[in-house]
Amino acid sequence: MSEPILSLRNINKSFGAVHVLRGVDLDIYPGQVTALVGDNGAGKSTLIKCIAGIYTPESGDYHFDGKPVTVSGPRDATALGIEVVYQDLALCDNLDIVHNMFLGREKKKGVTLDEATMEKLARETLDGLSVRTVKSIRQTVSSLSGGQRQTVAIARAVLWNNKVVILDEPTAALGVSQTEQVLHLVRRLADAGIAVVLISHNLTDVFQVADNIAALYLGTMAAQVKLNEVSTNQVIELITTGKSAGVTKAEASK
Amino acid sequence: MSIDTPTPTLKSVLNDYWSRVKSGDIGSLPAVLGLIALCAVFTSMSSFFLTPGNFANLLTQAAGVIVIAMGLIFVLLLGDIDLSAGYSAGVSGAILVILVTNHHWGWAPALAVSIVAGILMGLVIGSLVSYLGVPSFVVTLAMFLAFQGILLLLAGEGGTIPITDKTVVAIENSNMTPLISWAFYLGASALYILSGLRKMAVRRKAGLKSELIQLWALKTFGLLAICAGAVYSLNLERSNNVALVSLKGIPVVVALILAILVVGTFFLGRTSFGRHLYAVGGNAEAARRSGINVKRVRLMSFVICSTLAAIAGLIFVSRANSVSPTTGGNATLLYAVGAAVIGGTSLFGGKGKMRDAILGGLVVAVIDNGMGLLGYAAGIKYIVTGLVLLVSAGVDALSRKGSS
Repeated sequence: MSEPILSLRNINKSFGAVHVLRGVDLDIYPGQVTALVGDNGAGKSTLIKCIAGIYTPESGDYHFDGKPVTVSGPRDATALGIEVVYQDLALCDNLDIVHNMFLGREKKKGVTLDEATMEKLARETLDGLSVRTVKSIRQTVSSLSGGQRQTVAIARAVLWNNKVVILDEPTAALGVSQTEQVLHLVRRLADAGIAVVLISHNLTDVFQVADNIAALYLGTMAAQVKLNEVSTNQVIELITTGKSAGVTKAEASK
Repeated sequence: MSIDTPTPTLKSVLNDYWSRVKSGDIGSLPAVLGLIALCAVFTSMSSFFLTPGNFANLLTQAAGVIVIAMGLIFVLLLGDIDLSAGYSAGVSGAILVILVTNHHWGWAPALAVSIVAGILMGLVIGSLVSYLGVPSFVVTLAMFLAFQGILLLLAGEGGTIPITDKTVVAIENSNMTPLISWAFYLGASALYILSGLRKMAVRRKAGLKSELIQLWALKTFGLLAICAGAVYSLNLERSNNVALVSLKGIPVVVALILAILVVGTFFLGRTSFGRHLYAVGGNAEAARRSGINVKRVRLMSFVICSTLAAIAGLIFVSRANSVSPTTGGNATLLYAVGAAVIGGTSLFGGKGKMRDAILGGLVVAVIDNGMGLLGYAAGIKYIVTGLVLLVSAGVDALSRKGSS
């Protein structure tokens, strides 16, 4: 297995008296989809926010590309090339696809917006991801379906050459065929060499696209294992009880 | 190429437009249709309505409200409101008049001070809304009262301060000569055509599909033909007594409004600041996560609104040749909000264009002017204008429902 692009060791985070993350380890590999699973309250969102720099852990090591780094704000994470695509999307309904993909990072020619360049780059990115479902990239996001919106949000993360893309429940609100489309897109991201973290409650999705699974249980990393080494039942056991016969914590550090 | 594969045809473009209209994205369509319907009704009922004299009158009547509405659009785009804009105009106008009349300043420095006053008023409102987090409705309601008080103190109770400065008075009371009017029309048309052609050329050079040239030509030359008709009728003699005074040409204030329209449209459509305004209005949280400084954008929108209100103050004092405690008061602000909303700007934020203010402002002015000609009481005019505003806001709310 190649070297992880991002690895966390012994991360601790508390909110007042509540110890949310207890010594969590996590490795994220380029070109792989790492599924982050766990029951509600297991600490998935907190862990993601620690990676994205929204929360700062009390203790623990943050390694990026083999080097120790300090991430003390969202800007630090963005500068490293980490992008989170949130569940509630963060797209502006009233703007079109191109505008949304370049929001906050518009290309300019002098003082005016360089619409032609932005449109070209947006189209190239969507084509590169083999996105064929949108009719025009100049239509407003409000006219898109849930799956198409998710696609735009993911494409935005890709547009900026991010090395790590974290997807927070991308299929939670989608129908069957749209879920399929988004999962294909997730796979293509990883195939393009991006390290993808997929947070999901849906184990069917996880088993369809993930390369390895990290299961959180009450703030601890129950195990991080390769997908082909576990069964669905074992993963369910990890999520609900924190342990499973045949899966040891030792495997996680492989 | 996987996206945008079909080459657009006139038919497909029209189909797209119709499906947008059906999904609630109707823009200025109701305002345009309403304007045509109102003009038809008033023309049939009053022989004076469609005369060159009344047409020029209509433009100068609408000017102040249109400029306030243009400023309001920046605030409405964020889903906020500025109830104080009418009296910001009044206060700025009073400062201008007092400096020119009482202190014998030249018009230019006095105007500069009055505009700076507008900027300051915007900074105060914007800071309170944006950094302190007080809802804009409350802040500007408080400022509505406070500015009214300042205007009362400046003008003196019941007092009216006259202004006779030629330049200031000329804004609302002078016209370009017919020759300059045509030259102005031709110059503006040439710039409009060139900017349209350049936009298409840039897109073609980048290998992107551009708007259908037939459609562009239809829209551009249609608009220019309507404007040519307007210039022609404004160039007709409209004085009752030519021996005494000759009245013809485009009112000067039209040039001022067009200038604001061009600058404002450029800001909203072509700069990242404008893009960020729409983004914050559409989804403030998404804008924040994209690294946009939401608070600064909000502050700036109030500053722009009050600055344009200061320019409206100039128009008001020019029209009345004086400032009084009711300058910018009465129904001014409500007419301006009505103008923006009737023109197609959404009260929910994220949707609106500078031209909405002009279209909506004309609708409001036509109702006011036409019903006045027909001899209706002011009370009836208010009721009708109020109902039209209500219908527009209802259409806005329904179209929002339809698209979500």
